[in-house]
Amino acid sequence: MHASVRPAVSVNIPHTVTSAAARDTSAALSMRMTISKLNFFYGSKQVLFDVSMGIATNKVTSLIGPSGCGKSTLLRTLNRMHETVRGARLEGEILLDGQNIFTQDVTAHRRRVGMVFQRPNPFPKSIFDNVAYGLRINGSKTPIAEAVEKSLRHAALWDEVKDHLHKSAYELSGGQQQRLCIARALAVEPEVLLLDEPCSALDPISTAKIEELLVQLKDLCTIVTVTHNMQQAARISDFTAFLLTGQLIEFSPTPQLFTTPGDPRTEAYITGRFG
Amino acid sequence: MNSRLRWRKFVSGFMLSMTGVCALISVSVLFFILGYLVYHGGTSISWNFFTKLPAPVGETGGGMANAILGSAKLLLLASLFGVPIGFFGAIYLAEFSAGTTAFVIRYAADLLNGVPSVVIGIFAYSLAVHPFKQYSTLAGGFALGLMMIPITLRSTEQFLRGVPNALREAAMALGASKWKTIVTVIVPAAYRGILTAVLLAFARVAGETAPLLFTTLGNQFWSRGWVQPTASLPVMIYTYALGPYEDWHRQAWAAGLVLLGLILVINIVARAILSRGIAVPRS
Repeated sequence: MHASVRPAVSVNIPHTVTSAAARDTSAALSMRMTISKLNFFYGSKQVLFDVSMGIATNKVTSLIGPSGCGKSTLLRTLNRMHETVRGARLEGEILLDGQNIFTQDVTAHRRRVGMVFQRPNPFPKSIFDNVAYGLRINGSKTPIAEAVEKSLRHAALWDEVKDHLHKSAYELSGGQQQRLCIARALAVEPEVLLLDEPCSALDPISTAKIEELLVQLKDLCTIVTVTHNMQQAARISDFTAFLLTGQLIEFSPTPQLFTTPGDPRTEAYITGRFG
Repeated sequence: MNSRLRWRKFVSGFMLSMTGVCALISVSVLFFILGYLVYHGGTSISWNFFTKLPAPVGETGGGMANAILGSAKLLLLASLFGVPIGFFGAIYLAEFSAGTTAFVIRYAADLLNGVPSVVIGIFAYSLAVHPFKQYSTLAGGFALGLMMIPITLRSTEQFLRGVPNALREAAMALGASKWKTIVTVIVPAAYRGILTAVLLAFARVAGETAPLLFTTLGNQFWSRGWVQPTASLPVMIYTYALGPYEDWHRQAWAAGLVLLGLILVINIVARAILSRGIAVPRS
């Protein structure tokens, strides 16, 4: 219904949360990151087209869309992980706290924008050493044991592991390993935490725990998550961006996107007509 | 139809037995050699063999202490020279290079691995012996080290590549530089494999004779230093086995047994290290 009001235009409107629709719900929203006119290429294949959006401070932003829509690629550009892939190239600008991230030192940038991956990937080290890793390589001055405990508490894992911190991380269950990876990322106190389908390899109970955790963590940092699970995006995020074949189709506050989508393609996707 | 079926059963049975016999032969060669060495050399192995110098011609007894020490020194030198080069080369190959560069390095290493050891010997002779007019332990270590480079390089590379990419990403996403990622995550994750690779390279050159004939010459006495000729087990075996004395032959068998025993032990240790498993799950 709503979709027919603005049919073709929605592709071209600047999809920042400061756009008219978003401003209604959250008046003075500050942006931790701003993506403008991002085009992304793997070799000669373009996978993102002119994507512009803002990442609101201390909110959860979800990127949804069918497989291959470019949502993971978009997420990875935010901490410049795409640079590890040969032949990846991008045009456009991404700002973190008003500064262009591509003019910063890449390792310094990644300390400010942490990332959790699809499959839990703890290091073959002890639980303690996993969490301490980021602090140690960065030569952190903070007492490591305290920081490790704090991070594990934030990741809601402390009570489960406090008695065997020196056991191998591989002895934990998949869900625990993923929370360990979240703790590891939190230990360096990033401003933004990126999560690339963090629950796709987990069972429903572990998924529920991580979802609950993410909602709590937004007081600590800004969260961007990629998910192929629309219900998950609806449950945990404040803003949702819908991508299709490399284009940002719609970006709105989550309740609005799921109840009154502004684009027929969004509606088709969230009602399950494709994807 | 029936005869066709019988024929097929016959072919199947024949192939099964033939491949089985070939497999059996492959295995029994090792045990045959081992048995032969024990039979001929076992009696000559005594405490003296490990502690005494070779006896003068005509006298019985004596040992090969100088050759054992010489081999140890040679292998130490070879490892000090060959392992670091192979190891760091493998890191470059596995972590930094791609495309044509990687292909060229890999191909060159494989070719170097295939160079006959006698050619390595001549090369080391012309580079490390001839210019100084001096056979030496150093030259021998150099020759063996050359042979360790490609073996260490290629097998270390395999183990480094076996480390899942997810671990590289995890470290880099935490702000680790490429080098820091390698030092703190990738090499520790692959260290068992790397250790195995080094041990196997070590075992491979421990028995090399040809390069040593050109470089260390051989010595009936204690070597007088790193820049002097030295005895070594493989060369001792070569000399003694070709000698005219019955006692020498027995000593040669004994030296062979010691050498094979050493290589077997290294191999078993290497496999034991590896079988404890790389704790990293493959994905």
